[in-house]
Amino acid sequence: MTIVAEFTIRYRRILDPKGQVVAPLPAFAQDTAEILRMYRAMTQARVFDAKAMNLQRTGQLGTYPSCLGHEATHIGVGAAMNPDDVLAPVYREAGTQLWRGVTMTEILVYWGGDERGNDFAGPRQDFAWCVPIATQTLHAAGAAMAFKIRAERRCAVAYIGDGGTSEGAFYEALNLAGVRALPVVFVVVNNGWAISVPVAAQTAAQTLAQKAIAAGIPGVQVDGNDVFAVRAAVGEAVEAARRGAGPALIEALTYRLSDHTTSDDASRYRPAAELREAWALEPLLRLRRHLLDLGVWTADQEQELQVQCAAEVESAVSAYLATPAQSTDAMFDHLFAELPAHLRAQRAAARKYAIKSSGHH
Amino acid sequence: MAHGWEMEHDASVVVIGQDVGANGGVFRATAGLQERFGKERVQDTPLAEATIAGMSVGMATQGLKPVAEIQFMGFMYPALDQIVNHMTRMRYRTRGRLSCPIVMRMPHGGGIHAPEHHSESTEAMLCHIPGLRVVCPSSPARAYGLLLAAIRNPDPVIFLEPVRLYRAMRQEVQDDGCALPLDASFVLREGDDVTIVTWGATTLETLRAAAELDARGIGAEVIDLATLSPIDSETILESVAKTGRLVIAHEAARNAGVGAEVAALVCEHGLYDLEAPIQRVTGYDTVMPLFKLELDYMPSARRIVDAVLLTLEL
Repeated sequence: MTIVAEFTIRYRRILDPKGQVVAPLPAFAQDTAEILRMYRAMTQARVFDAKAMNLQRTGQLGTYPSCLGHEATHIGVGAAMNPDDVLAPVYREAGTQLWRGVTMTEILVYWGGDERGNDFAGPRQDFAWCVPIATQTLHAAGAAMAFKIRAERRCAVAYIGDGGTSEGAFYEALNLAGVRALPVVFVVVNNGWAISVPVAAQTAAQTLAQKAIAAGIPGVQVDGNDVFAVRAAVGEAVEAARRGAGPALIEALTYRLSDHTTSDDASRYRPAAELREAWALEPLLRLRRHLLDLGVWTADQEQELQVQCAAEVESAVSAYLATPAQSTDAMFDHLFAELPAHLRAQRAAARKYAIKSSGHH
Repeated sequence: MAHGWEMEHDASVVVIGQDVGANGGVFRATAGLQERFGKERVQDTPLAEATIAGMSVGMATQGLKPVAEIQFMGFMYPALDQIVNHMTRMRYRTRGRLSCPIVMRMPHGGGIHAPEHHSESTEAMLCHIPGLRVVCPSSPARAYGLLLAAIRNPDPVIFLEPVRLYRAMRQEVQDDGCALPLDASFVLREGDDVTIVTWGATTLETLRAAAELDARGIGAEVIDLATLSPIDSETILESVAKTGRLVIAHEAARNAGVGAEVAALVCEHGLYDLEAPIQRVTGYDTVMPLFKLELDYMPSARRIVDAVLLTLEL
């Protein structure tokens, strides 16, 4: 017997949990201003997330999926993308959306039960949140096909979770991307849990990165709590994709420090010790240690940043809470380019029976 | 509770789905089952609806009775290929050699401020599939009896669980293993002036409307359709023969909805009993909106009352 195929999955980490540099720093990570920009964005994502959770708990927001613990992955991916690339998110990647220019108010409007949150001012070409699992991966492949047909140097980036890799659509997207060498990068956020199902109950594969191999796509694993590693790996992948070298899959190993959503109670199924241990690996801590080691960050600056982020979040929340409700016409607006006649009658009926009081959660 | 009874009494019953094990289901419908019956008979599946439906077909043809949960009705679509092309025609195309005694449970409808794709009611697509029963209980007691009947039924049954009722209604249910009949409707309230056919969470609004009508001296007979396919036409036709008026209320969109099938049945077999045109009160023919507008989408008691008054020319 002869070996006809072999594969290797590499794991990449630049900043370890203690904030020590364990691999050569890419250019962006040698630029203090750029590191601080990423650190600020990660901090802002976390402050925003805590506020969103609080709004939900006080009945001012609907069900909300926290991004706590995912900040390095979200900001690393955002920073690796070009503004004219296309993002196909799942529903947890607030950090990446914020980096790309979606506002906190827009994100709150969506989770507050109002479609206008998906009509963000920018980036206009990005997809909206995607709740049906894995379906967005095919959209990203299709977007990449459009770039390829028009010979544009752009790339599509699709997020997917560890649970999502069990869906057929995910394999179909990988297969299509591989066979057509599409400019698309799949970022698998492996946070350990698909609601109550751990990765080990989802797949017998050693890594999720290796799922790319069967589609003829390179797969790599990164420390998803290390923003340097995420940005470096995704950056190289999107750059390669844009110049026609084909797709890639990056598995970012991180941890869901929150419940699945505000409707979930992870204490029913997740060992408390596992959660405690995961906190020691969380992404902001190590980057802050690195900044302190570099001597470019102080406790005062940290305090100032926290205050600044909180103020920005408060102002976004005020704008969200002051957003006037949509009328019942909104149920019919944008269903078609032009509303057919029979729906005009239904729109009139909806106006007649409007409740008006339908407000917050 | 019905799961537990049937698993206790029939070793071939297995429960599968996403988060049905340790978590006991996102609506707690399977809570405690894994502890009682073990990880083989109560299995968390990978996150894939086609897997859940396709594996149910495989298990059912080999002697098991899967009770499978699709986490929300809005996520059933990857499973439809398996349901339409295999589950519902297995018995037919093998001339009875293989069959699919499967129950697919799915939370149904809106009204609980859930996120996008979590509030849909698209039962009409399922009712269009030959070889499939579609059941939708409207109270805990009927959920118990109908779920037992669904599990004991030798053919595939879709079991829709109105999410609004998970929370809106509490009721003592006798855990006695007694099934209710499938393919039968339930008269929830008798009346002589108008028949209102409804199902699922809309029964609550309909009963509210009936109480308001009663205060005005109008007697509404409320029928919970319960089994949406096949429809128990006898109960409806008997009622319409008595009242002469029919209003149909459902949460799903109007166009080609199950209400249209009810109306067609009455037109075919009871047209001369009608003293007024049939009225439908339904969701609008648009996307189920995010939750700020969901109650504006769902039929209200006020809309149902107005439709009844129309049939009475009041």
